[in-house]
Amino acid sequence: MKIIILGAGQVGGTLAEHLATEGNDITVVDTDGPRLKELQNRLDIRTVRGKASFPHVLHQAGGDDADMLVAVTNSDEVNMVACQVAHSLFKTPTKISRIRAQDYTQYKELFGNAGVPVDVFISPEQVVTNYIKRLLEFPGALQVLDFANAKAKLVGVKAYYGGPLVGQELRYLREHLRSGVDTRVAAIYRKGAPIMPQADTVIEADDEVFFIAAKKDIRTVMAELRRSEAPYKRVIIAGGGNIGARLAQVLEPFYNVKLIDHNKARCVRLSEKVKSKTIILNGSATDKELLLEANIENTDVFCALTNDDEVNVMSSMLAKQLGARKVMTLINKAEYVDLVQGQGIDIAISPSLTTIGSLLTHVRRGDVANVHSLRRGAAEALEAIAHGDENTSKVVGRRLDEVSLPEGTTIGAIVRNDNVIIAHGDVVVESDDHIILFVLDKKRISEVERLFQVELGFF
Amino acid sequence: MHPAIIFRILGILLMVFSIALIPPIIISLIYQDSALSAFFSALGITFATGALCWFPVRHRRQELRTRDGFVVTVLFWLVLAVSGSLPLMLADNPGLSFTDAFFESLSGWTTTGATVITGIDDLPHSILFYRQLLQWLGGMGIIVLAVAILPMLGIGGMQLYRAETPGPMKDNKLTPRITETAKTLWYIYLALTIACGLGFYLAGMNAFDAICHAFSTVAIGGFSTHDASIGYFDSSLIESVAIFFMIISAFNFALHFYAWRFRSIKHYFADAEVKTLLIVLVLAGIVTFVTLVLSNSYEPNEALRFGIFELVSIATTTGFATADFSLWPVFLPFLLFFLAFMGGCAGSTGGGLKVIRVLLIYKQGSRELKRLIHPNAIIPIRVGGKPIDDRVVEAVWGFFSVYLILYLIMTVLLLATGLDFVTAFSAVGACMNNLGPGLGDVSAHYGEISDFAKWVLSFAMLLGRLEIFTLLVLFTPTFWRQ
Repeated sequence: MKIIILGAGQVGGTLAEHLATEGNDITVVDTDGPRLKELQNRLDIRTVRGKASFPHVLHQAGGDDADMLVAVTNSDEVNMVACQVAHSLFKTPTKISRIRAQDYTQYKELFGNAGVPVDVFISPEQVVTNYIKRLLEFPGALQVLDFANAKAKLVGVKAYYGGPLVGQELRYLREHLRSGVDTRVAAIYRKGAPIMPQADTVIEADDEVFFIAAKKDIRTVMAELRRSEAPYKRVIIAGGGNIGARLAQVLEPFYNVKLIDHNKARCVRLSEKVKSKTIILNGSATDKELLLEANIENTDVFCALTNDDEVNVMSSMLAKQLGARKVMTLINKAEYVDLVQGQGIDIAISPSLTTIGSLLTHVRRGDVANVHSLRRGAAEALEAIAHGDENTSKVVGRRLDEVSLPEGTTIGAIVRNDNVIIAHGDVVVESDDHIILFVLDKKRISEVERLFQVELGFF
Repeated sequence: MHPAIIFRILGILLMVFSIALIPPIIISLIYQDSALSAFFSALGITFATGALCWFPVRHRRQELRTRDGFVVTVLFWLVLAVSGSLPLMLADNPGLSFTDAFFESLSGWTTTGATVITGIDDLPHSILFYRQLLQWLGGMGIIVLAVAILPMLGIGGMQLYRAETPGPMKDNKLTPRITETAKTLWYIYLALTIACGLGFYLAGMNAFDAICHAFSTVAIGGFSTHDASIGYFDSSLIESVAIFFMIISAFNFALHFYAWRFRSIKHYFADAEVKTLLIVLVLAGIVTFVTLVLSNSYEPNEALRFGIFELVSIATTTGFATADFSLWPVFLPFLLFFLAFMGGCAGSTGGGLKVIRVLLIYKQGSRELKRLIHPNAIIPIRVGGKPIDDRVVEAVWGFFSVYLILYLIMTVLLLATGLDFVTAFSAVGACMNNLGPGLGDVSAHYGEISDFAKWVLSFAMLLGRLEIFTLLVLFTPTFWRQ
């Protein structure tokens, strides 16, 4: 596919990297020459320097025959104008734009063919906020990903000694669970290397286990893998920027929230914005006294969400040392994520890796409803919709054990008319089923895409 | 440095390029000439060497770093020059010594066109075809070809591509993906070659000569299948076809890409490099014509015909001949020879310093003059209306100074072998600019000079083709430090 990416920042750069390695024709546009050069040295892409919304720049970037435009520059306005230009001058089929300001996004009539021609808008802040919110709902989970409007979830947890299932073969999982609760282990990572789960695979302590289950069953399944934890109650957020402020507002009704920010003016603004329940503290997140004052030792979760990776890492380690139960840290540099997770920091969150999935959803061929990128982009979980009938589709009308899946791919669950059906071999796929797959090796994605493409004759 | 990965790529490339020996084998079979066994042995040796390099390390996979890119590129040119010399040594006719064969083969690969062979008309057809084929493959760049046909070079290919493509600004890709860019370049190159071959054929050459000369014209090489070069045909029509394609091939291939993509030719005349090249050619053409007429060397119509052909042939660094320009009156031999220093545009198959570099040096000079008048003025250097980064201008100066120093050193080395000044000076220039024919003793061929001089000149040819830095960087201690 020919894709133009506007903006070579964190999200733009990560997206270019993902898409270029999948064999797409990528052109990145930015005003920052050195940054473009650095990207071009590393990736097989073309770069164009210039203002992203200018028609001649888009023309130079190959706007005439581009299949998709992804506008992720820093400015909402530039992104929207670029989409308008691409629509009016180049008739670009798909236009995705990052729009941060909620003032724009809340007016749905503003977009679409009558208004600003943005087909899909993404807000990384919103995505990251939701991501953290989901993590807080399930104490102990390393990753919680939604599928089919949050009906099914893919959860990553670390297995601990003491979990009833640890040291047992997977086949006993179903016997352990009480009736009505069902799950499927999609993947296991042992010391960073993936293992295809089989019936006789033994779960060991410290394994990272990804399982899929209906929303209501998540807690029960997690309890099989580790001692269950008390729900979170008290949360401290460091950094009152876009993500921090949003998160505070979302969490307010359910948690006891404190927010720390070093900027006095911003603190004043925030204190007016949030309800009275949230406490806004002015000061540095790396200030020990301030953390103690915020009652850090009795805090369940400390979220470091400032713009500065170093501040985030240091304040998190300090908070952990002072007695915070869990720390979550925002890390902008994707390379640092593996480095810090587990080293005193419970969960490292990379905004670009978190956001990438929502963009990949639109790049994937076939009818794909959700994509989540995992393990720094090495693996992928996706929700594909099966169409057609026995003759035109490779999956519809077949039992799951008859579907020839590419190597390293597991089907976790099927969502059919609001019901989550855990994928056992005897389930027969019907048309319009949402199928949730886990792909260990991203190189196999194209085979998975082909599996769900309807052969001609269906139309 | 990753020796395993370097050997793996080198091995694959050698095996792939041993295929280049198959067309001469077919020619040899058609004409029933004496070189058949030589080509078979060369094919066997090249393929076996490649397989030997590749087999022990075939499972090693790693990304190419910039450093590996330089090593692979230089090694590949050297190894190909050696394997390319095999048929020339093994065949009874010409049956060259290793030095001569290496010189001839490298002169082919680098599109220099300097030859050590006399009696070209008597060579077997397959050898003749083979020499032209070498130039053609070397013209667009064998690494570019490799990137186009070997997808496994992928991202690492950019490192190689940059080490080989001519011109000061190497990051301009025609298409987002490197393999597509390389493929596009080769398609354009192939199309030009076919057009040129048809032109020659229709202008009166036989099919064999038309194909052979199309190879060396579009590659701006200069090898011919006759001792008398293009002069052998004595046809102004053929000369016109050659002039047209020499000029076209000296343009940046990116322009041809846009011409093909957007079906327009306007942008050719908007390009600063093309404009400069054409203006220089027209001015020099007038001077040449007037001088030839005034000195009574030729009749006016002959002065026009020979003058323009020789001018274009030398200025674009091709090196075809219809007359011996080194015997022309007064300053003309040097005027033409100096034009070859400028050579073709960046991203073309031509040699020399490249038009864009000369243009930048000139503009930098005039900027200094303006600064004398307005000491506080900020004056950007513009090419085609667009400001050029000072970093690029700096690099051009660095290139130029190293070029001069190496030029001087090699001239002195040649003088030490006993050559006269004009011969030594022009031999180095002709090889470093990938021109071919020089002045003095090397105006027709390089057969008479000593072996040592041939090795020096071989080095000069490779320097010129790889634009100095790619080759020279291997001689710096920093490069080898871990």
